Amino acid sequence: MKRRDFVKSSIAVIAGASVPLAALDLIDPKEVLAANEDIHWAFLIDTHKCVGCGFCVKACKTENDIPFGAKVTRTWVERYVFTKDDRRYVDSPDGALYGFTESRVDLGRGEYKEIDPENVGKAFFVPKLCNHCATPPCTQVCPVGATYKTDTGPVLVDKTWCIGCGYYIMACPYGARYFNPITHVADKCTFCYHRLAKDLETACVNACPFGARKMCNIRDINDPVTKMILNQRVGVLKDEFGTRPQAFYIGLAQEVR
Amino acid sequence: MKSHVWRPLIVVICIVVGILVFRLFYVPDDFGSGKAGFMYSYHRFSAEDDARSQLIKYRDTGKQKMHEYCAECHGDEVEIRTEDLHGIIACENCHGPALNHPDEPEELTIDRGRGLCLRCHTDLPYATSERHRIPGIDPKEHNVDDECVECHDPHNPRLEDM
Repeated sequence: MKRRDFVKSSIAVIAGASVPLAALDLIDPKEVLAANEDIHWAFLIDTHKCVGCGFCVKACKTENDIPFGAKVTRTWVERYVFTKDDRRYVDSPDGALYGFTESRVDLGRGEYKEIDPENVGKAFFVPKLCNHCATPPCTQVCPVGATYKTDTGPVLVDKTWCIGCGYYIMACPYGARYFNPITHVADKCTFCYHRLAKDLETACVNACPFGARKMCNIRDINDPVTKMILNQRVGVLKDEFGTRPQAFYIGLAQEVR
Repeated sequence: MKSHVWRPLIVVICIVVGILVFRLFYVPDDFGSGKAGFMYSYHRFSAEDDARSQLIKYRDTGKQKMHEYCAECHGDEVEIRTEDLHGIIACENCHGPALNHPDEPEELTIDRGRGLCLRCHTDLPYATSERHRIPGIDPKEHNVDDECVECHDPHNPRLEDM
């Protein structure tokens, strides 16, 4: 054996022996994730399944004591009708609190448009709610620290601390926030935070008969709904705003904003 | 410095100190930032407990969990109903929120109104929507003055069983 080869082999042996056994263990990502249980709530909306019944809006308003008569709602359903002569109509009468029981489209200001059934090209319903963004613009503008992102994901409002200045309404690109006419402070969807704390899903998820609304812990890769978000073609609203929304949509049309 | 500088400066300093002292006593001690950092989660920590303490009204968790809450007492009923065409609808959508039923309220207020059925069964000419698969009627023509439940059984809506 030449001296050069001897030195080479010695270095290889020393290097090999100095590697601890633990470093050679294959790490299973699933085990690591299970050990560090981390919760971040996300929402999945399958627009193909929505029929516009509005049971979600009714359940939300009842669960969270939002007056039925007030023109505010935490969640709502939009109807999109595209005609064959390339006109587009969008409406959401009362936020679809009573569903869509008329074929005419509400144009606002008391005007309605009856669309010829022969002329309807495509039509669909899209449920909307607060996206509980990972980087929410609404919490940045709050001057008193009354709206905040919790460690588990939902963006909440501290009702006793809010001064009702209204900046949050302007800051939200999704129109998900409103001024509560009873408490006179900011109000928004909470992902039913009180229900999550008791291992229940949101009122709207439980009320939806068609499974158009689903919830999951997006950090738990074994959750069936998380798998759907990972494996299916999902989109988010207004991605260009950089808000990183946590409400994912299956079958999102580009006209839906 | 001249006194015309000092005098207003003292006033400003007093105001600032006053505000800071007021803030010290007024702002609750448990203000702080969560995981998302100061920009997104500066808040009063006890506000989270306030949010958690809200009253839960809807108890039914739906068909996937076989209506756990309702099935505790109405087990047989739940088993029969979930086989029906309307089995996918949560009990409370029509029967009203359970709250602490059976203690409070003892009886739920059932919504038997026409409007409830029309949410899904109004005929809308949307062939591309899932709505198209649900049988629909024109509410302006179909027995206008009657409630749906007078003829149709909401638990067994099959027309051949009518």
